[in-house]
Amino acid sequence: MSESGSYYIPHGSKWPIIATVGVCTSMVGGSSLLNGSDIGKYILFAGLAIVVFMIVGWFSTVISESEDGLYDSQVDSSFRMGMIWFIFSEVMFFAAFFGALYYVRAYSLPWLGGEGSGLATNTFLWPEYEAIWPLTGNGPGEIGGDFKTMGAWGLPAINTAILLTSGVTLTWAHHALKEMKRMQLIIGLGLTVALGIIFMYLQALEYGHAFNDLNLNMGSGIYGSTFFMLTGFHGFHVTIGTIMLMVILGRSIYGHFNPKNHFAFEAVAWYWHFVDVVWLGLFIFVYWI
Amino acid sequence: MSSVVKDTHHEEHPSGIMRWITTTNHKDIGTLYLWFAMIMFFIGGLMALVIRSELFQPGLQFVDPQFFNSMTTMHALVMIFGVVMPAFTGLANWMIPIMIGGPDMALPRMNNWSFWIMPFAFSMLLSTLWMDGGAPAGGWTLYPPLSLQTGDAFPFLIFAIHFMGLSSIMGAINIVATILNMRAPGMTLMKMPLFVWTWLITAFLLIAVMPVLAGGVTMLLTDKFFGTSFFNAAGGGDPVMFQHIFWFFGHPEVYILILPSFGVVSAIIPTFARKPLFGYSSMVYATASIAFLSFIVWAHHMFTVGMPLAGEVFFMFATMLIAVPTGVKVFNWVTTMWKGAMTFETPMLFAIGFIIMFTIGGFSGLMLAITPADFQYHDTYFVVAHFHYVLVPGSIFAIMAACYFWLPKWTGNMYSETLGKAHFWLSTFFVNLTFFPMHFVGLAGMPRRIPDYSLQFADYNMIASIGAFGFGFAQLIFLYLIIKTIKGGVKATDKVWEGAEGLEWTLSSPPPYHSFNTPPVIK
Repeated sequence: MSESGSYYIPHGSKWPIIATVGVCTSMVGGSSLLNGSDIGKYILFAGLAIVVFMIVGWFSTVISESEDGLYDSQVDSSFRMGMIWFIFSEVMFFAAFFGALYYVRAYSLPWLGGEGSGLATNTFLWPEYEAIWPLTGNGPGEIGGDFKTMGAWGLPAINTAILLTSGVTLTWAHHALKEMKRMQLIIGLGLTVALGIIFMYLQALEYGHAFNDLNLNMGSGIYGSTFFMLTGFHGFHVTIGTIMLMVILGRSIYGHFNPKNHFAFEAVAWYWHFVDVVWLGLFIFVYWI
Repeated sequence: MSSVVKDTHHEEHPSGIMRWITTTNHKDIGTLYLWFAMIMFFIGGLMALVIRSELFQPGLQFVDPQFFNSMTTMHALVMIFGVVMPAFTGLANWMIPIMIGGPDMALPRMNNWSFWIMPFAFSMLLSTLWMDGGAPAGGWTLYPPLSLQTGDAFPFLIFAIHFMGLSSIMGAINIVATILNMRAPGMTLMKMPLFVWTWLITAFLLIAVMPVLAGGVTMLLTDKFFGTSFFNAAGGGDPVMFQHIFWFFGHPEVYILILPSFGVVSAIIPTFARKPLFGYSSMVYATASIAFLSFIVWAHHMFTVGMPLAGEVFFMFATMLIAVPTGVKVFNWVTTMWKGAMTFETPMLFAIGFIIMFTIGGFSGLMLAITPADFQYHDTYFVVAHFHYVLVPGSIFAIMAACYFWLPKWTGNMYSETLGKAHFWLSTFFVNLTFFPMHFVGLAGMPRRIPDYSLQFADYNMIASIGAFGFGFAQLIFLYLIIKTIKGGVKATDKVWEGAEGLEWTLSSPPPYHSFNTPPVIK
């Protein structure tokens, strides 16, 4: 609660309108690209360039304000709540895709196979179809070629170990920060970044294996749809998280943060743990069972 | 005021257009949201009048069926995402920091971003009217496979929805952080005005469900462009799954559109009944219960789609349960008025109109909740009548009530009570003339979203169309009254209304650019 009149309210900022223009340009470019327009990709790249410029500029402003000591503990709380609720919104975004996976496995595939009220669908449309998860063909309509599913105990298991280890190294770095052991902090963060990059590299290998050896892609029926959308969005989040960790690493080397004031570190750590937990859900429900 | 605030030149904000583009002030941003909603209200209203013109008589008169369907789709998207949601966010921006005794919104720059997304997102959406294949015409619910047949408009539609969702989520995060973190000392949660409470719960709903919509429309996008099979049974997916995902968002969404209205009405009724609100804490709990229930009733929108019997029964009973906390609210408002020293200024008229007509919409909602009966009503004009009763004399009337209630505070001038009352009575007459006959044609079997109809529905449709034009023109009074009040008028006192209670009435009219740099003392 407000104890004094010192709450920092920035005066007019140009970053939000730049952000809006950047995102809108990217979306218009992306839409044109999808509609087959030749100039779409240039508009898209222009928009993304504006977005990157905005992110750098906006965060620079906030970081320098923070370093100038403009933020009191109440502003800090606002940032924390903002981050917590942002992560909650991300949880709900992933929930939509996990929900789709569960719905398909629990309802729509058995119905297509003739269970319960799906009897007529099966009998009249696809009488030969048997629903077995994981699918090995492209659903009852066979839209596309045969494929093999991704096993759990190769790269995915290694990736699980990598992400879990990265959670440990990050926590170690956090403890070091709280005890003002800057070298340990930098080493811990560096290891975490390295593990994040290894994770992404291995996932790229896994995708290559899927495309080339398993004939598994986004068009591989509902298995391919859920597999690539869930792991793809997760991989995108790992990428974002790794970039955020790199920024935090850079700031740590530069001498930012102290045991009392390191919200940015914690926000990135929360985000990283969130990405970690999502991966566990993926490993269990997409790869394993 | 501390030195920090002085150093940042708070009193000298830039003038001209840059003031509005770069502003981080909650009142400026609230004003922007409200004007945006007003403009979109007339755009969405014009679309409604295209629909009602076409339906004035049976047969095809003015527009081709594809364009008619574009109008129903765009009217819904504009009114929901472009009018009701931004109008309430505007009210939240203006009033919540003042009501809780805070200096501003918790995250002022993000607040600016949340607003400025809206005009851009809606420019994208409205630009689809001129694209190959026309604007989206598959209904605002975007059911596949129909919505996947949209032309060039399709990716613009999907990205516009992503963009608006981003705005809503950031706006909601800001409101939650403001309410939980910016209250003046002594402003405990259970002392907050109900408008603040209802918005806290609404914001939670927004953060929970807007990402689900984003996920759902992303699946539509990949189904159309990247070969996925989420909603394609031949690939093992299910078009019905989209309906589940959509309505998991959609049902909480309809409470996002109505809960802040409850807060507005709970502020206005006690003021003009000159009695404290009856059952404050039960109002808070009822709002929370409605929000909770909103997550477990979504499939009542899809009773006829072919669900297992257990699903039909569960969703029927869960839906009916909502009548209990809603009933608590209606009884509390009525009990607040009981033996009160009531006067009937324009905001009070709109609030009472809200209670009566929202309750009509609630009752028709209960009828729709009964699964076997819904098999008759589904996709008829009865549904159209139902949700327009809860949204127009519901949400929209509450927004108008709020505008009349706080306009003297915002502008420092009293509005013309004569014009306000004329606006209320004309709106109430015409809104009923428009939507009440739809109950009858709906029960008789007239389907939604079709530009032509059987001859036996002709008279009621003609009446509804006359009502729609009357309602549309009555809104010009509202626009004129607001502009007139901003330009001048009888000076308003700080308290404005005799029975007014709350922190907003302790500030001058209009309030200073920064409301509470020193936190107020809360009794």
